Order: sequence, then C-alpha cells, then structure tokens
Amino acid sequence: MALIETQGLRRVYDLDAGKVVALDHVDLAIDKGDFVAVMGPSGSGKSTFMNLIGCLDRPSGGHYSLGGTSVETLDANGLAHLRNREIGFVFQQFNLLPRLDALGNVELPMIYAGMDRKHRRDRALQALARVGLAERAHHRPMQLSGGQQQRVAIARALVNNPSLLLADEPTGALDSRTATEILGLFQELNREGATIVLVTHDADVGRHARRLVRFRDGRVIEDVRQEPLQARMAEAAE
Amino acid sequence: MRFMEAIRSALAAILTNTLRSLLTMLGIVIGVAAVIAMVAIGAGARNLVDRQIRSLGANLAIVTPGNVTQGGARLGAGAASSLTDEDATAIRREVDGVVAAAPFVQGQTQVVAGGSNWATRIYGIDLDWFDAREWDVARGRGFDPEEVRRGDIVVILGETVARNLFGEEDPIDQTVRVRNVPFRVIGIMASKGQSAFGQDQDDVIFVPLDAGRRRVIGRNYARDASVGSIFVKFDREEDIDPGIVQMTDLLRQRHRIVGDQEEDFAIRNLTEIANTATASANTLSLLLAAVAAVSLLVGGIGIMNIMLVSVTERTREIGLRLAVGARPRDILSQFLIEATTLSTIGGLIGVGLGVSIAYFVAQLAGWPSLVSTNAVLVAVGFSAMVGIFFGFYPAQRASRLDPIEALRRD
Repeated sequence: MALIETQGLRRVYDLDAGKVVALDHVDLAIDKGDFVAVMGPSGSGKSTFMNLIGCLDRPSGGHYSLGGTSVETLDANGLAHLRNREIGFVFQQFNLLPRLDALGNVELPMIYAGMDRKHRRDRALQALARVGLAERAHHRPMQLSGGQQQRVAIARALVNNPSLLLADEPTGALDSRTATEILGLFQELNREGATIVLVTHDADVGRHARRLVRFRDGRVIEDVRQEPLQARMAEAAE
Repeated sequence: MRFMEAIRSALAAILTNTLRSLLTMLGIVIGVAAVIAMVAIGAGARNLVDRQIRSLGANLAIVTPGNVTQGGARLGAGAASSLTDEDATAIRREVDGVVAAAPFVQGQTQVVAGGSNWATRIYGIDLDWFDAREWDVARGRGFDPEEVRRGDIVVILGETVARNLFGEEDPIDQTVRVRNVPFRVIGIMASKGQSAFGQDQDDVIFVPLDAGRRRVIGRNYARDASVGSIFVKFDREEDIDPGIVQMTDLLRQRHRIVGDQEEDFAIRNLTEIANTATASANTLSLLLAAVAAVSLLVGGIGIMNIMLVSVTERTREIGLRLAVGARPRDILSQFLIEATTLSTIGGLIGVGLGVSIAYFVAQLAGWPSLVSTNAVLVAVGFSAMVGIFFGFYPAQRASRLDPIEALRRD
C-alpha cells in the first residue's frame, strides 16, 4: 500500500488579484521506502505540494491520505499530531533554534510528543550519532558548519521515527562538496528504509533520487523512475 | 508540553536576553515594590495614629464645662466651672454601660525636689481615673480610697517627671514641693509615650482630686466640689451613643437647664475622633495602593509590548515549532508562561525591594514595620495575573501564525 496517496489534490489561493490555482488535480502515490525528487521551476506548485503532504496546509479540494489517515478531515491539532509523529522536516535554512545546543534542537519534536527528559536525551544522542555528530551534541548552531547544522536538522527530523522524511531544498544553502555529503546521507537513510521526498529545483540534486516527479503550472508533467546517481559516502568525505 | 518543561524553556528564553528582560521587569518591580511599601507605610502610619489616639483610653467620652457669659462677654468652652463631683457620681450611678466616671482638675505648675525643679502638668484625680484611662502605676502604689476622700498630700509622678527630678534615684517616699506644699511620692505611672497630638503624656503628676483643687490648682474652682472635666468610660463601644444621650438628659436636669436654654456643658465621644482619624488614614493607604496599582498596570503594558516584539522576532522559531508538531495551544502556553514567568520574577524582586523600603521607612519614622503577608501575596498574585493578562494577546498572536508563513519569514 502506498504511504502517500493523493487524488485530485487541489490548492487554490484567494489573492486580491483573484484566484490562483497553485495545484490542480494532482494524483500521486508514493510507496513506503521510496526516494522521490519533486522538481520544477518556482511557481510550478512543488512547494504547495510539499506543504500539503507535509500537513502544514490543507487542500482546497481532493483527497490526501498519509499512512491511511485522511488528512483533509483533521483539525489543527490533528495536523500537528501527524507532523509530530509521521513527518520529519528538513529545511533549506536548517531552522535550528540558536539558543539551544544540538542536543536541545534534536529533542524538540519529542518535547511535543510528551516524552520524558531521560528518554529524550537518549534518543537525541542516538539520532546525533546516526548523522555522525555525537561529539558535537553540546555545540550551539553558531559553533557548527553549515553541513553540520543540516545534519543536526536531519537528526531532528529522524528522532521521532517518522514514516516520511520531507526535505525542502536541503542542499540549497550548502557548498557542493557538503551538499554531496548530505545527499549521501539521505541515500543511506533511504537504503535503511526511510521514505524520502526531496523538493528541489536543482537537476543535479534530483538525480540522486530513485524517482523523479516534475511539476509545471500546478500539474505533474513527468513521473519517471531513474537509476540514482550515487553520492560519495558522507563518512568517507570527512 | 509539560509545565515544568515550559517554565524551564521560558527561563532560558528570558536569560537569552537578560538586559531586555530586566528592563521589561522593571515596571513590575517598581509597581510591586510600590504596592508593598505603600501598603506597609500606610498600615504603619495608621497603626501609629490608632495607638496614639487609643492611648487616651478605649470607649471614652469626655464631659467638659460649657462657656459662660460674664457681663455680656462669652468666655468660650470650658470657661464655666459648672461640673461637680456629684455630676460624676450621678453619671456613674445612673447612666447605662458606664464603667468609670473620672472627674479631674488640671493645671500647670513647677515641681521642686531637692536641688532640681521641673515645670509640668498637674492633675487632681479620683480612683476612677485609672480605670477610665486604662493607665496604672508601674512602681510604688496608687491612691487608696481614704487618701482620695481626705485629699491627702501624696503624689504619683509621670515617668518623665520622675526621671527629670530624681534621675537614677528612687523617688518613692521622697518629697516634692508643689507651690510650697510638700507632697510625698507614692508611685510612678507606667510610661504612655506620645499622644496623638505629639504631647509627652508622661510629663505629668497626679494628686488626689481634693488636694489638687484646694492646695494647688485653685483657679476658679471656687465652688468646692467643681471639677474641670469628667472622663466617662463605657463598657462597650455600642454603649457610648445612647450613654451620651442619657448623660445629656441627666446633666440638663441636674443643672436645671430647660427648653432651648444653652447647656453649660459639652460631651464629646473620643472614640469617634479615633475612628475619624483611622478612617482618614485608611483613605490615605487606599490612595497609595491605588497609585501603586496603576504603576503595576503600566508595568503590564511594558510586558505586552516586549512580548509582541518577541513574537515578531521569533516568528521563524514559532514556525519551526509548529512544523515539528507543536499545537497552537502549545505555542499559546509557551508565550503565556514566558510572560507570566517574566512578571512573576519581577513581582518577587519587587517584593524584596518593597519590604526593604518599608523596613527602611519604618526605621526612619520609628513605627513598627507592618509588611502584611496579604499585601505580599496579593502583589505577587497580581503581578502573575498582569503577566497572564498582558501576555495573552501576544501569545494568541503567536499561536495563530500560519506555519508556512512563519517559516518563510526572515
């Protein structure tokens, strides 16, 4: 069964200038364990699509189910719960809280899951170890390089064992070497079973995925499987 | 998110911006300190006024002679010598609820003992005086009934007089001369301190009524049994008003005053004076508290202002928190708790400051420092409420942010 299933997914924005259709009848299914690159120029609807499947936004029409849950019926709290348990976000700008150390940042999703302190600490350390930053647990974001910050963000996204990892231009703020490392990390996580949806406008980045979905004018214009370009191992790069 | 977690995170946020947090708290600190200090100072002042007035004696009325007209000139209140021992006795016997009716005469005199002398007030009193004024001898003894009846030349000294005439020496059984009459000292009164009007109440001597009337004061107590005034003490405060009506009737009758003829006496309820003074002291402290409350309010507005700034600055943080699973109410409570923590810490600092100010002022003014536990609890509670009240709007704004918009904001 598909992890993500959309049928006739629509999103229309009411702007002063009139109605803007950002997403128009998108039917898409993403299986568990897949690694999908969502591509397209700006204004193509890929960001709107990401916000919808990330449960940050609600569709104007159509149907979306995540792991069997119909998302369009949920209220704000239901969406928050889903984001907390089922989705891990990775952003272009990392979005780490500057006054918390790496450990504190990784703990954040577990705080909202209501987990106790000790448990949180252990799981956060594990997640940091997984992205190779166990020794930097008590560094603040300012004391870390861009690549390291993005790894902390990935650890944060992983820590609640979500069924979907959603990355929005995760390499957009990184130099190419570091970007490759991060993409390698994603590929590794995918090999271990993580379902990943990566939104990007960069074709080089998109080539690292197993499947490529291209958007234009709010519609899917291309949906192909590909042999992923293998990034060099992140560990080997350091 | 758990409550303690939220407090810890609020403290972390407050500490991140220490200077700003302190400045924000300042309004609350000053407000709370003002409330506590003002209430304490008000209470101290009221207590002082109260004590001074009550030191006259509780549930007391005073009967004074009225004015007298001599050859067309009205001589003013107290000029008449219309009251007598018998009036006092009649009041004691016939008016309900009267515990003591103490007739007395008073004057000014020079007292000589050995090489030293001292100007003081002299009172001629009977035994009821001690009950009426709730004032007793501290050393030696009081008058015995025989001494009062005969008008013996014995004297009880006020503390100030005893100190000034005898210093460290024991005055009991020594002799003091008043207008060349040798009085034997039999006792020293307990110290009573200042009166409400700043008079030293211990600068006084007491002699039996008759001794004072005949040998010392003289004046125009020409008629042998006349007295200056009569203190009337009632059992309970409720007895005073009906008692005054009864006394008025009784004295009109005894003085043969009929119809609208002017009374040759006046009766005043001293408790009323005390109550009036207490009431005005109360009004004063209420006023002070109101001013202080306004400054608390201003402090609250400061908190609201800074919380709004903080929400704007931390929009991305809010967006991120929403993305990782915070519910709107988690964000609401986070900012609410932050505002409340801020104002409560301010409140606690304010309590410390207020108590110190109250203590300092009390030391300077020489009255007891009356920091009430209630005022402290109310002030801290109120500052927490200020935090919740003024923190609510910013917190609500934060919780209503759209996660997508919030994440996109710089």
